[in-house]
Amino acid sequence: MIEMPVIDPEKCDGCGVCVDVCHCHALVLVGKIISVNTTQECDWCTECEIVCITGALSCPFEIVIE
Amino acid sequence: MAIQVDFLKKTPYFSGLNSAALDSIAKLIFEKKVERGEIFLLEGESDEVLYFVASGAVKIFKTSAEGKEQILSIARTGDSFNDVAVFDSGPNLAAAQAMAPVILYGVRKNNLEAIVRDYPKVATNVTGVLANRVRYLVSLVEDLSFKHVMGRIAKLLLEYGGSETGAGQRLTQQDMAAMAGTVREVVGRSLKVLEEEGIIKLDRHRIVITDREALKKVIEAPS
Repeated sequence: MIEMPVIDPEKCDGCGVCVDVCHCHALVLVGKIISVNTTQECDWCTECEIVCITGALSCPFEIVIE
Repeated sequence: MAIQVDFLKKTPYFSGLNSAALDSIAKLIFEKKVERGEIFLLEGESDEVLYFVASGAVKIFKTSAEGKEQILSIARTGDSFNDVAVFDSGPNLAAAQAMAPVILYGVRKNNLEAIVRDYPKVATNVTGVLANRVRYLVSLVEDLSFKHVMGRIAKLLLEYGGSETGAGQRLTQQDMAAMAGTVREVVGRSLKVLEEEGIIKLDRHRIVITDREALKKVIEAPS
């Protein structure tokens, strides 16, 4: 299962800016809350996280020592 | 489309003004729509327009001679940008790119001067906006110039790095910024530098430390 940005629905105010920013159309507004569709095209650009003013969206990195 | 007076009232520039004043000011403001990805303001050029983000988000950034990008800020709904160039009649300090389909409200320099002249409250508001901008940019300069932020980021990558997939704690760039005592923009730049130096590899949602010894040297480097 491919990792996708993490949503905290309680923080989402439904502004929809992240939907407009998302290049791969992974984010959709369901009612007034953001929802994420899993897609291989998400390249973890983190722009959805950057524009989210409420902190509802996050793109955490897994740190791995090779 | 009519300029939304309710929106203007909520911007730091025009807060505290009465409806009649806002109606007059709205007549001097024009709307501009920009597509996602479009760079509509170029660094070094003269535009003489102050913009407010009515909807969407705008990346404000500078580009070095080598093509490296430094994000100065992200302007969101209600935020203004290009203030300095409008007030000092100099070139645009930074470029602006729409991160989404964006609606902007613009005010030309001559109209803004008339607004400031007619409504002294706006002059007070502008002082506050510019003071906040200076405060933020000074802290960014401090981070980029004086602090050994790269070393602190290298340290937390080692501290939080796991030896196998799923073992390490997950951190957003905002988390790393808070832990390193800096801002997200500096974290993004530091990660790019570490990747260019072959010390880490950014693999989608994974930061892979490919040269642990080199990362330790970054931590030990003098500030």
